[in-house]
Amino acid sequence: MTIKSLGDAFNPDVDLTHGAACACAACIPAGRRFTAAAVEPAVPADTEALVDRMVENAVVRSVFGGNEIARRSFLKTIGAGAFAAALAGIIPLDRVKAAVKDGMGGGGPLEKTRLNIGFVPITCATPIIMAHPMGFYERQGLDVQVIKTAGWAVARDKSLNKEYDAAHMLTPMPLAITMGAGSTAQPFVMPAVENINGQAIVLHVGHKDKRDPKQWKGFKFGVPFEYSMHNFLLRYYVAEHGLDPDQDIQIRVVPPPEMVANLRAGNLDGYLSPDPFNQRAVWEKVGFIHLLTKEIWEGHPCCAFACSKAFADELPNTYGALMMALLEATAYAADPANRKEISAAIAPANYLNQPVPVIEQVLTGRFADGLGAVQDVPDRIDFDPFPWHSMGVWILTQMKRWGYVSGDLDYRAIAEQVYLATETGERMKAMGQTPPETTYRTHTIMGKVFDPADPEGYLSSFAIRRG
Amino acid sequence: MPSLRIRAALLSLAVLAVILGVWELSNPAPVADAAQDEYARLMGGADTQARLPAPSDILGRAWEELSDPFYDAGPNDKGIGIQIGYSLYRVGLGYIAAAAIALPLGFLIGMSPLAYKALDPFIQVLRPISPLAWMPLALFVIKDSQASAIFVIFICSIWPMLLNTAFGVANVRKDWVNVARTHELGALATAFRVILPAAAPTIVTGMRISIGIAWLVIVAAEMLVGGTGIGYYVWNEWNNLDLTSVVFSILIIGMVGMALDMILGALARAVAYAD
Repeated sequence: MTIKSLGDAFNPDVDLTHGAACACAACIPAGRRFTAAAVEPAVPADTEALVDRMVENAVVRSVFGGNEIARRSFLKTIGAGAFAAALAGIIPLDRVKAAVKDGMGGGGPLEKTRLNIGFVPITCATPIIMAHPMGFYERQGLDVQVIKTAGWAVARDKSLNKEYDAAHMLTPMPLAITMGAGSTAQPFVMPAVENINGQAIVLHVGHKDKRDPKQWKGFKFGVPFEYSMHNFLLRYYVAEHGLDPDQDIQIRVVPPPEMVANLRAGNLDGYLSPDPFNQRAVWEKVGFIHLLTKEIWEGHPCCAFACSKAFADELPNTYGALMMALLEATAYAADPANRKEISAAIAPANYLNQPVPVIEQVLTGRFADGLGAVQDVPDRIDFDPFPWHSMGVWILTQMKRWGYVSGDLDYRAIAEQVYLATETGERMKAMGQTPPETTYRTHTIMGKVFDPADPEGYLSSFAIRRG
Repeated sequence: MPSLRIRAALLSLAVLAVILGVWELSNPAPVADAAQDEYARLMGGADTQARLPAPSDILGRAWEELSDPFYDAGPNDKGIGIQIGYSLYRVGLGYIAAAAIALPLGFLIGMSPLAYKALDPFIQVLRPISPLAWMPLALFVIKDSQASAIFVIFICSIWPMLLNTAFGVANVRKDWVNVARTHELGALATAFRVILPAAAPTIVTGMRISIGIAWLVIVAAEMLVGGTGIGYYVWNEWNNLDLTSVVFSILIIGMVGMALDMILGALARAVAYAD
């Protein structure tokens, strides 16, 4: 790509107008070039340098009133260095550049600044929530209301109704909504994963002697939603231990706050749920943490940030600014040094409405497990926004494995339509982060390797499955 | 000897004091061990022993909440006064819409034995449907959670009003209608000057049943859709497993319900007549 008008404004040998008779390198096709003098790349390679160049160009041009001849002869007379120094005395060019970059968000004026973003009050929503009290939305010029939602079904319906501009969802939800599984079909996109890891299997304190899943026949388990990693990971875990999740145990959909109460009442034997309700069960002395889901799949996706495709398409700048705020918040949350500060910020009644020590144990990973030990697992919950396409394919294999969808699936096409890995990677790069170079990779789940290139083969390798 | 009324009030208070006293004393707050190691602290120490909150805890919470009922700390954290206001607003809208349809329709059904018999099966099938069963359908069709909550109030408070109005109108003493006929009153005049006053007590009884149901339902509806309202308040405190707040809000819900019933009760006395 060449943007001819973005030549170096301080170079007297470059013509910024590039008229018909222009002899600069950018205007002459490579084959007909007879001089190598003054050859420079017309456009800087990275975004930062490009913005710098744009600002210089605009300032220098305006100084000469757009008169190219005046600019070039003036620069030749006094020299580019002297002019740049003199200009810097009048205009703080660096600060102008910084200001332009700050305001860049989605690359233009925001179409809409007041947004409603729904969240379910669990620690997985940390970046979405903390961006409000800690000012990440505000810095992008957004006035966001983060609205507490009673459950996933309501989050889905309010998103479909457009009451929410964007929402905290479970990673399988945008796939299911797009395919019309469990709802009317509407194209949704998932530009970022909220958190990785961050769930656990909790058992009732009375089951301390039943740590082997083979002893779980007849147990009643809770999961928060059918289209959830919780459901798929619990099914995967018990199936690997030879139990059929539909025959040998009962899996019930129970909203997270009710899980602790049901566990206390003996109505559930255990659950695989999001935090803080695992830690809360320990805190309430009714349950213990059997295992963290990171032990099933290290780095598994959990919750997601999702919005309708229409929102992303119709309001690109707003969407871009929102993504910027969330990616920054996610990066901030990923640093263990910030976790205590974040715990205090998201605990109040307006957000999670939980005791700070409970949140802190979840986010810092130094926690009482309910079995008498204090464990230290810094990545018990972690934050990595990159929405691997391979993760989407894995979720689809499990949806098919347990009969939530049937027929032939174009795994890759669906994953790529919903999980915006490439786009998110570019945004991360622009922010100075280092996303992975590819969007597919193998994942190891309980020692078994998942190759996203062969989802059907993977699916047929399981002894226990529906489809 | 004081009057029966005063003695009854004194007895009520004595019973209340005994119940609360037993409740308070049988439920002592756990005492934390002086020295706690890290594990004990991370387990929450003695603070989280599962126990029903004592009356003094609830009074303390009530004082906290009621001393600043209209604070607004963001979309998910508002004072109890604002929450009740939202709930009353939704109940009011749904209830008025139901009354606006049920009363005239009930009147017509009551006047016509044919319509009464023809529509009765529909009413009998729709009436026992749990209001929350309507919620998913409402969310899907109306596509707005606020309007859905109001619709659920509407659909559950319409039946008692409709049935009672129809019943009241159909059972106006035939003598009175005949007297009106001998005085050569027109249909409209008969309806407003004879039938309406005669059926009014039954109609208001229906309205009184409806407001009770509406107030029952709004709590459940708001727990489901969230956002604002006393139902959301209960859900949010439940989310925090904070039983003290839950018990406090239960008491508040009861008192508001009683107040609503008293208003309709006063209306019932106003339209009552002696044969």
